[in-house]
Amino acid sequence: MTTSATGFFGRLNLDALPITGLIQNPNANEIVANTAAAVVIVGVVVVVGLLSWFRLWTPLWRDWLTSVDHKKIGIMYVVFAIVMLARGVLEGVVMRAQQAAGPGDGFLEAEHFAELFSTHGTIMIFFVAVPFVFGIANYVVPLMIGARDVAFPRLNQISLGLTVSAGMMLMVSLVVGRFSTGGWTAYPPYTGAAFNPGVGPDYWIWAIVVSGIGTTLTGINFAVTIYKLRAPGMTFMRLPMYCWTIICSSILIVFAMPPLGVAALMLAADRYLDFHFFTNDLGGNMMNYANLFWLFGHPEVYLLVLPAYGIYSEVFATFSAKRLYGYNSLVIATMSIAVLSFTVWLHHFFTMGQSALINAVFGIATMLIAIPTGVKVYDWMATLWRGRIRFSVPMLYGLSFLMLFVIGGLSGVILANPTVDYQVHNTLFLVAHFHNVLLPGVLFGLLAAYNYWFPKAFGFRLSEFWGRVSVCLWTGGFLLTFMPLYFVGLMGMPRRSFSYDDPSFRPFMIVAIIGALVITCALFSVLIQLWVSIRDRDQSRVPVGDPWDGRTLEWSIPSPPPPYNFAIIPQVTDRDEFAEAKEKGAAYPTPDAYEDIELPRNTGIGFALCVLSGVWMFALVWWIWWLAAVMTVLMILAVIVWTFDDSTELTIPAEEVRKDHEAWLALVHSETAVDRDFETSPENRGLARPDLEAFT
Amino acid sequence: MDKRSEMHRRERRRYVIGYGGSLLLTLTTFAVAYLFGIETPGVYLTIGLLGLAQLVLQLVYFLHIDRRRSSREDLHLVLFSTMVLLIMILGTIWVLGNLAMRMHMHVM
Amino acid sequence: MKRAPTHSYPGINLGERHASADKAAEVVTFGFWVFLMSDLVYFGLMFAIYITMIDAQAGGPGPHELFDLKSIFAQTLILLTSSLTVGLAMLALKYNLPRGRIVLWFGVTLVLGISFLVLEVRDFMAMAEKGGIPQRSGFLSAFFGLVPLHGLHVAAGCLWLIVLGIQLRVKGMTDVVISRVVRLALFWHFLDLIWIGIITIVYFGGLTYG
Repeated sequence: MTTSATGFFGRLNLDALPITGLIQNPNANEIVANTAAAVVIVGVVVVVGLLSWFRLWTPLWRDWLTSVDHKKIGIMYVVFAIVMLARGVLEGVVMRAQQAAGPGDGFLEAEHFAELFSTHGTIMIFFVAVPFVFGIANYVVPLMIGARDVAFPRLNQISLGLTVSAGMMLMVSLVVGRFSTGGWTAYPPYTGAAFNPGVGPDYWIWAIVVSGIGTTLTGINFAVTIYKLRAPGMTFMRLPMYCWTIICSSILIVFAMPPLGVAALMLAADRYLDFHFFTNDLGGNMMNYANLFWLFGHPEVYLLVLPAYGIYSEVFATFSAKRLYGYNSLVIATMSIAVLSFTVWLHHFFTMGQSALINAVFGIATMLIAIPTGVKVYDWMATLWRGRIRFSVPMLYGLSFLMLFVIGGLSGVILANPTVDYQVHNTLFLVAHFHNVLLPGVLFGLLAAYNYWFPKAFGFRLSEFWGRVSVCLWTGGFLLTFMPLYFVGLMGMPRRSFSYDDPSFRPFMIVAIIGALVITCALFSVLIQLWVSIRDRDQSRVPVGDPWDGRTLEWSIPSPPPPYNFAIIPQVTDRDEFAEAKEKGAAYPTPDAYEDIELPRNTGIGFALCVLSGVWMFALVWWIWWLAAVMTVLMILAVIVWTFDDSTELTIPAEEVRKDHEAWLALVHSETAVDRDFETSPENRGLARPDLEAFT
Repeated sequence: MDKRSEMHRRERRRYVIGYGGSLLLTLTTFAVAYLFGIETPGVYLTIGLLGLAQLVLQLVYFLHIDRRRSSREDLHLVLFSTMVLLIMILGTIWVLGNLAMRMHMHVM
Repeated sequence: MKRAPTHSYPGINLGERHASADKAAEVVTFGFWVFLMSDLVYFGLMFAIYITMIDAQAGGPGPHELFDLKSIFAQTLILLTSSLTVGLAMLALKYNLPRGRIVLWFGVTLVLGISFLVLEVRDFMAMAEKGGIPQRSGFLSAFFGLVPLHGLHVAAGCLWLIVLGIQLRVKGMTDVVISRVVRLALFWHFLDLIWIGIITIVYFGGLTYG
């Protein structure tokens, strides 16, 4: 393949636009593709229009895009994740619809179907789960450990910028050209230049490389934040469980993202420079790719699910009004899972041809992970045991998780047996398994976190009614969509098939499409919940900041928190610091003195790198070499120039801190504390009456 | 000020020792290869051990990793990273070596 | 955990009046260590790939035809010496030695770094003349995936050195700049460690098993 014979715009021309396909060949397939492209374009136009109409460009730039406040960066991550989630869910629905249409009756072409499952997987893992997990972590971790920000606030902004620009590449691929058809794993030689000379795999490669860099920087940032920035007195064994899971997750990122980067860049070298890492000829070895990819891929699923475990740990403890049961065993279990996750990658390719001994070793290592996970499940149940349980929305997500996740986990233990795996590998059984751990595990956890910490971030609670509706819809939709897949998987239906011959699969596929539609409703119910909650926010304000009788430090400050988080950095003496303080009557102390607070100043470097790296990726995908070179130079220059900037800190005078803090303390003393029974009523202004009975 | 210049001397000495040791190990490595020939049995093992020795030497004298309390966090980090890296590298060689053998690719 | 007042990293403990700068430098340096470990995994995997592809020469030229140990020996000595000089540059900065000494060690390090790169590129060109290009075989792809990656790091180190030289001139010896020099030195030492791996595994290993 030659990469030299290209013009000023590389290989970019009008054929790259989907409308060209529609004009030449109008059919259902092209209509779906064009609708998707139109939605992207209309979405951009609407957003730009609204921002201009309400004159929001200046506030957007000043308060958000250039902000280095971990709280705002966290919120931007979550917004980005939810936008991408919408696309991912809709793609899932289109795929289920295609399969429900029955043998040979689908409305999509095979190529288009392959594009759908490739983008669906890539988006859900890299642009929904990761940014959502780290969006929540961004918001919560510094508040939990009593810090004013993360260790490297400006780096944090750069991470966000790179993640978003990579995600935008997937949106661009809807409008210009085609995305990869190689699945989210992009195995060569299928994705190599010989079989796939188009732009699809290149979109995948650069989106993965750039978002991978962003994620790695986030991992470094959070490992260092939790390691070095804990409040005085917060020893490791006083660290909230959620922070433990984030530190383990960060360690997984630091060590597991490089294999992905290596694999993707080697694939790029094969495609662009005619190397022979994974080609069929001249000594290339595509098995190296599978090995590298899963060296990343397996730790990846744990880096997603561990933070969800942490969220559930906080939710179960808070809404049972009890100390988390078995803290030490949970910490050990989390660390064990993190380390074990590096020893099991081969179970993703049991059938590649290595000896039975190797398969057995990795199979046993995989089954071992069930032990620490089981410890966790029992610890959570013991936390609920004899607690004063309130069935609020996060708790409902948690209970749904406990029941469904165990099923998903056990189907994983079944798959860990290589002999069984030979039977069901590459069938929908596997698809059912990983959706069964990723939806109840990761997504429900993140939605629980969203409901749990939303009042902290915005100062008002989310609608309880619509929250319950969405729990029911997500749970029901999940069951309807993915339980049938276990059955058709066992019956032998291969995954990723755009059509099939066996009519006995069809009834299951019809149940699955109904489930997919319920999931769509669930997605809308989340948006309705947000809309209703914003509309009725005056009935649910919690300015004092502790609506759930929380146990950790983030609940001891106002909602929403001031930019510096803590007027006075707390001195920690216990694991459930704030719960202990409330029990002793020592919560909301009046400080003796205030100090000037230094905060990082706004900067545009993250936004600049977001735009430059976006153009850079586009240029590389379309072989516009001059533009790629210019962007490379500009990115390096941007970073160098930025390091010359000395005025990076901003001082908030002690007097201002005192004024704000005292006003809030006066509010605390003027409010009446509410009992847990009235937690969801307008009386809850964020001052909790501790449930003393439950402490005994 | 005296204390500072004393510390300066001590730190500089560490660098010089590290450099001298590394130089010696490098020269030995190349000398062994040159004198005995790289194909001689045992030579590669010797070279490997010399390389390992040099890694440890530079970690201690250039990168200041040792068991003192002040650098223990870094020591833990380096040890953990080494463990993960060894799992990845040895696992890769084991798996790919086995695959190559079973598929008669004549690798290793 | 409070650090002992002895030198924990080369260059930190900037003195009593720098207590807060010390704390900041400690956090940044630890973060940089974590980054280096992540980078180490990149290199480690490229080593693993090289080992698995050492036989995948596909009839093309192999280590015996391509590797020039004399040049490798010279590169090794140059890189090792630059690791010493970058350390001395940092010490000169940390202990407020006369400006001339700082400039001297910075300059020597830069010259050594660039000479290393020149020799390396010459090697690659010599290999290419004998048909040793990455497009020829899996083995050569693995070689050119690993060794130039290290070279690229050295080049980045040189650029970083130049930028810090300018910053020293423009900004003077501020705590921030000194802490950056500390990290540059760490980076440089780290690259020397990787190079030991390259001569041991890529060159000697290639010649033994290739």
